[in-house]
Amino acid sequence: MKIRATQAIMECLLEQEVDTVFGYPGGTILNVYDELYHYRDKIHHVLTAHEQGAAHAADGYARSTGKVGVCFATSGPGATNLTTGIATAYMDSSPVVFITCNVTEPLLGKDSFQEVDITGIAMPITKATYLVRDASTIPDVMRQAFAVAATGRPGPVLIDFLKNVTAPNVEIDYEFVPWNQNRSCSSIQALATSHELKAPEPNLGDIDTLVEMIAQSEKPMLICGGGVVRGRAHKQFREFAEKLDAPVAITVMGGGGFPGGHSLTTGMVGMHGSQASNVACNECDLLIAVGCRFSDRVALDPGTFACQAKIVQIDIDRSEIDKNVLTDHHIVGSAKRVLELLNQRLPQYSHPAWKEHILPLREPSIPRDSDALTPKQVLEVIRRLAPQDSIVATDVGQHQMWSIQHFHFDYPGQLLTSGGFGTMGFGLGAAIGAKMGNPDKVVVHTTGDGCFRMNCHELATVQHYNLPIITVVFNNGVLGMVRQWQHLIYHERYSETTLDRGPDFVKLAEAYGLKGFRVTNRQEMEQAFSQALKAGCGCVLDCHLDMDEMVRPMVAGGAHITDFLLK
Amino acid sequence: MKKEFDSEKKLYTLAILVRDIPGVLSQVARLFSRKGYNIESIVSGETDKPGITRITIVLLADELMISQIAAQCRKLIPVLAVKILDEGTSIQREFSLIKVRAADRNARDEVIQMANIFRAKIIDVSRETLTVGIFGDKNKTQALTAMLADYGILEIAKTGTLAIERGRSTIYDDNKLKEEYNYGKNVL
Repeated sequence: MKIRATQAIMECLLEQEVDTVFGYPGGTILNVYDELYHYRDKIHHVLTAHEQGAAHAADGYARSTGKVGVCFATSGPGATNLTTGIATAYMDSSPVVFITCNVTEPLLGKDSFQEVDITGIAMPITKATYLVRDASTIPDVMRQAFAVAATGRPGPVLIDFLKNVTAPNVEIDYEFVPWNQNRSCSSIQALATSHELKAPEPNLGDIDTLVEMIAQSEKPMLICGGGVVRGRAHKQFREFAEKLDAPVAITVMGGGGFPGGHSLTTGMVGMHGSQASNVACNECDLLIAVGCRFSDRVALDPGTFACQAKIVQIDIDRSEIDKNVLTDHHIVGSAKRVLELLNQRLPQYSHPAWKEHILPLREPSIPRDSDALTPKQVLEVIRRLAPQDSIVATDVGQHQMWSIQHFHFDYPGQLLTSGGFGTMGFGLGAAIGAKMGNPDKVVVHTTGDGCFRMNCHELATVQHYNLPIITVVFNNGVLGMVRQWQHLIYHERYSETTLDRGPDFVKLAEAYGLKGFRVTNRQEMEQAFSQALKAGCGCVLDCHLDMDEMVRPMVAGGAHITDFLLK
Repeated sequence: MKKEFDSEKKLYTLAILVRDIPGVLSQVARLFSRKGYNIESIVSGETDKPGITRITIVLLADELMISQIAAQCRKLIPVLAVKILDEGTSIQREFSLIKVRAADRNARDEVIQMANIFRAKIIDVSRETLTVGIFGDKNKTQALTAMLADYGILEIAKTGTLAIERGRSTIYDDNKLKEEYNYGKNVL
């Protein structure tokens, strides 16, 4: 059947069961948006205030739903505005297909208006990039792009269509093939000749070796990484942890992979890890990391990290094995499959003495005495009043660490945070995407005054689509995390970290047609948050906090994991 | 037990089969630059199979680095196969064109003799110069270059190192590293 090229793009989105896309139109992508107009009943487009917001929204949508996110942008600045969002998705292995358009073929490479080599720019921050110069390849490229984004270790993919490829008079042969039946399509077949199109099947010998190692171990410990979340292996992981009866440390990306309130949880690990997690890393005799790449924020000093223990890495991506920390054993495969196979083979273990040694250490450190509002009070109010399954999107910095320390995440996709790339301004975009994908859930966005100022223009999107997202600003008037480092490491030379400037976030919220609340103590926090839950529209809670509040505990970068700078 | 990696830095040769699509060379090369690895040489050429290019890269690295790079390379979509070739079991050759000053008869005779000793060929002659073409491994080329330096080298053009396994084995049989990473096909 002959159809318009742009129609093929839309049909290919429908093949993948895409019903929501995020984006921002422009000159070169006009043809695609013109087609979208015809498809507006089937594909819901969310217009953000800025392409970066759209990228984060598509990412947040993907993380919270487990589906592939889709984001549109035009050429040149539209495309480059996506890059921070693409890199954020790449670092946290979030499956998003970014679709941009470029100038027409005759103008390509001539520094034309709004021209940029986005496939070149995006190469190091995507799993694959495609420059489409021939309309007949559209279905092939679209199908392969979605397969690449979602298969194995997920991640972003970018497709750049030349404008002439999308011209309304261009027609191509097209046949609708649902995504789960497209193995016979040429591009998927081509991909299948070189790459496995499913997660690698774990080696049973490797599984048996680990079962044996577990039997030998007296002080086992688990790390729940982002792979458990992306692989939706939380049930299998919980069974595994309970069978092993071992303490479980949860990385920032692993939030939601194991219940935060479980009796085996020791909390975060690494730079702001709990005493329990970090001491356990240092004293265990077997450390099993599932879907964790031992980043420099977890294994602060790779040379001494758990060097007394046998380290076992379970990861879907073989290039992660031995990358940051040398392991004693590894299993390549999806977290779900590997844990299933392990659970079948494991008896019930019990390690009471080891647990009794580690678990009492997890008690959170006592916050400073203060008459003023503290971050802990803010978080406690949210935790008490918000439904337990609320989705939390964070930005980056002190509030991010506090949020992850204090909230308990129970399922994958409940915590949306930029753990790998550490993108300030990620939260509001991600919250928009999450709310679009999960309209029945309460979405809370925690942010700092520095982060919020970076992308607060997305409040326009929140207002327009009537999204009842509750933004809680941890407003301490400074760039808290950087200031904390300056305080501890740079001898209190607070270079450019004081944010003594506008806007008034309450008035800002009101200017966008949303509700704003000023919060200076616990009572106000309770009132404001209960009202926000009932408001039915986006709300901004401007919580004024002390600027010297710090994230505890803390271990300096590169230091030994139990060498606490702050307890 | 932790796997022991040879931490000594030496020259490793990687043979990579890729689909011949635009940008594939930069896609492969950027993996190396990203980690700050310096590519000693890179050669790209067609193979017996249409649409498939073989890239041969030589770089200074240790064993852990090279296995990391190989694993990352395998994740690239156009990459079909990656193989680390070692000096013992593979043939490594390069080709060089060396333009030497040889204005008088003595110098010219000596350069021609030298070329013969090294089984190199004189490819071009002018009143003032000789251009020598030499095909061989790195050491042979280096040795000849050193000898010719006495006469005055005006210009050198070299290919990078090409490599192929000795004996029956080819890149098509088994494109995985032995044992450690042998989990079947490339994964995404």
